[in-house]
Amino acid sequence: MLTESATASRLSEIQEIVRLSSRLLPRGAGSKTAMQAAQADVTLLEAAALSGMLEYQPQEFTFTALAGTPLADIERRLRENGQYLPFDPPLVARGATLGGTVAAGLSGPGRYRYGGVRDFILGVKFVDGGGELVRAGGKVVKNAAGFDLPKLMVGSLGGFGLLVELTFKVFPLLPAFATLRFDYASLEEALHAVTRLGRLPLEIMALELERHPGGAALYVRLGGIPEGFAPRLDRLRRMLGGGGKTPLEGQAELEFWNAQREFAWLDAACALVKVAITPRNVPALDERLAVHGAVRRYSAGANLAWVAWPGALGTLDQLLKELGLPALVVLGPAGHARLGRQVGVAFEARVRQALDPAGKWLVL
Amino acid sequence: MDDSSLLTALAQIYPADRLLTNPAQLAPYESDALTSFRARPKAVVIAASQAEVVQTVRLCHQFEVPFVARGSGTSLSGGSLPCPEGIVIALNRLNRILRLDPDERLAVVEPGVVNLEVSRAAAPYGLYFAPDPSSQPVCTIGGNLAFNSGGAHCLKYGMTSNHVLGLKAVLPDGEVVELGGESLESAGPDLVGLFVGSEGLFGIALEVTLRLLPKPEVYKTVLAAYRSLGEAGKTVSQIVASGLLPGAIEIMDNLAIRAAEAAVQAGYPLDAQGLLVVELDGEVATVEAEFEKLLEVIQVSGAYEVRVARDEADRQRIWKGRKSAFSAVGRLSPDYIVQDGVVPRSRLGEALLEIQRLSAVYDLRVANVFHAGDGNLHPLILFDGRQAGALERAEQLAGEILRLCVRFGGSITGEHGIGMEKRNFLPLMFVEADLDVMRALHRAIDPRQIANRGKMFPA
Repeated sequence: MLTESATASRLSEIQEIVRLSSRLLPRGAGSKTAMQAAQADVTLLEAAALSGMLEYQPQEFTFTALAGTPLADIERRLRENGQYLPFDPPLVARGATLGGTVAAGLSGPGRYRYGGVRDFILGVKFVDGGGELVRAGGKVVKNAAGFDLPKLMVGSLGGFGLLVELTFKVFPLLPAFATLRFDYASLEEALHAVTRLGRLPLEIMALELERHPGGAALYVRLGGIPEGFAPRLDRLRRMLGGGGKTPLEGQAELEFWNAQREFAWLDAACALVKVAITPRNVPALDERLAVHGAVRRYSAGANLAWVAWPGALGTLDQLLKELGLPALVVLGPAGHARLGRQVGVAFEARVRQALDPAGKWLVL
Repeated sequence: MDDSSLLTALAQIYPADRLLTNPAQLAPYESDALTSFRARPKAVVIAASQAEVVQTVRLCHQFEVPFVARGSGTSLSGGSLPCPEGIVIALNRLNRILRLDPDERLAVVEPGVVNLEVSRAAAPYGLYFAPDPSSQPVCTIGGNLAFNSGGAHCLKYGMTSNHVLGLKAVLPDGEVVELGGESLESAGPDLVGLFVGSEGLFGIALEVTLRLLPKPEVYKTVLAAYRSLGEAGKTVSQIVASGLLPGAIEIMDNLAIRAAEAAVQAGYPLDAQGLLVVELDGEVATVEAEFEKLLEVIQVSGAYEVRVARDEADRQRIWKGRKSAFSAVGRLSPDYIVQDGVVPRSRLGEALLEIQRLSAVYDLRVANVFHAGDGNLHPLILFDGRQAGALERAEQLAGEILRLCVRFGGSITGEHGIGMEKRNFLPLMFVEADLDVMRALHRAIDPRQIANRGKMFPA
């Protein structure tokens, strides 16, 4: 971590670069390879130097950190104090930073229970296109003052400015987890289980579908005090009509979910694409993806498809447009980050005009 | 532009019984729940369809006449106060739940749907809408969205914004946009997140897609009475430190307890100086075990009386007392100001002492009700408006409380919004550069500055 004065001088350097440059893109650890500039005439603003936890009082359930802080460091600090970011930010092992996670708008399996990165961000400081340092939101868990710019930064892909400092809400870490696997002969049966579980008063932390040629596997993650697990697991088995024999628990269980958020299943030759979806749209998407031999998983109760795309991204873009689904390339060739249907284009254009009238920030 | 031509144009859209222009008809719309502000609109239109709302906004834009959307008028920050000589667009008749999809766990509703109606409609499917502002039996989704309303369960479940997936809105210049969608996830900037909480300055939501959650299997609610407010506050920190995540942690002081008890007979101990309400929710097996842990914390916290809600009816009674505390205080005083500020949770005790000190300095009684889990204070400042200068003193005291919230690192509003009431306090939280960015956004979305003109930004 830099000292306070080093951070300030680094920050004023950055502000000066912003004022003098005409094309800019922030860059954290570079873990999301697709969300980078394809062209050469862009000044990359390296946020990695803006790293470190600034404020953390565990009893407040909040922390403030510089945007370039690696999530691995943040998660370690939180864990030491019995807390965590419940949306399971992805790509931590690849070096993902807090700011990059916000800019990319990425959440992992845990977003099913308490919400995604958008639901835990509280405050932001960023450098706008004029080089000004701007603050919005707050540092307390509840705040309704002013426009909610912190949320706007979620998924902004660095297009509104360089994130400098972020405040987040955190939750107490659950004492233990257990995960059951249920196998289904068809996607439809598995989706039926997903929607059925979604309406039951069960404290399910994550609900993931792994698609394979012979059907689908459903992973259901419970959290809480270990003494309560036996009856809760039995109840799950009964509700799903059997299956789910031996629960994954302890270290193996943690590793299983870490592998999910690190996309250990991804073939390195494929692009990793996130698709916003709902359970009802899954069959149509799944059928089209299967034709192209894409490996896919459905996360967050089938609200999020993770696709390993083997071919040209243009083909996938067309396919997603036909299905009316918005998507984001996370890993893969630079320059094609947003695919499929774009929502709120006219409104976004007004926001961009307001925050970046000179059009300095690269739109990915 | 000639005023009468706007009215003529509106008369072509609305029949006479839905276009109100005479003073007697306008009177009920001159104020909202922040009654110290009043303004006379030029007209009130009672829209019955989305198309009428869009047409009205386009006319206002054309004639450069300001407008404000209004649901049930429960804003405590003057958010739905009319713009003087502007148009009030009443949305209560846009009250259809257009779609309720239990498999997708969502509801698509019009802005005039009452908050509690969403949960009622979702109940047969085991689902509910989590945001629960105290006014939930009457307040509407449109207002909840515009002001990012909170409630008692925000620490665990978030505010309104965390439960809005998508929306269709008419922008102040008449353009209709769709933001977000039906998925929990999206790609691209979170435009829904920006729109929610924009206090009507970005236009009017016509359709809102809400996220529903499965109703917790069981609630366990406990009341603990303390001989000092400080002890109650300290217990909150201990509960949080124990690793529990209660659905709600509330505190009321003696004045608020007595007012609420007189109003709804919730069974609160009248002699308590601080009353703590803690609620756990979840699966039976989990909640039972967590509840034991909670009781262990409470038992050594100095509480002289601990009462566990016997059943759902008892639980509802406890909540009814808490949620009617604002209006109940009306029994203690001819007038009062409801304040809404936030401090870091660990500084609650200090903040309360400081409020007590200020109360003595200003010689005004202050009742305290707060969402302690969020550090969200609701001091109720009692005064008698018939006494010369009393309102001004009460407002000065309210301002001092907001300053102390900011000094402690908190916020000038947790859930009521800036509206009319706090627009001159916004610079306490944000410097000019911050406000400039917000103003630039405002101009880009409402070039003629007609949507809820005069709210949020300093006069």
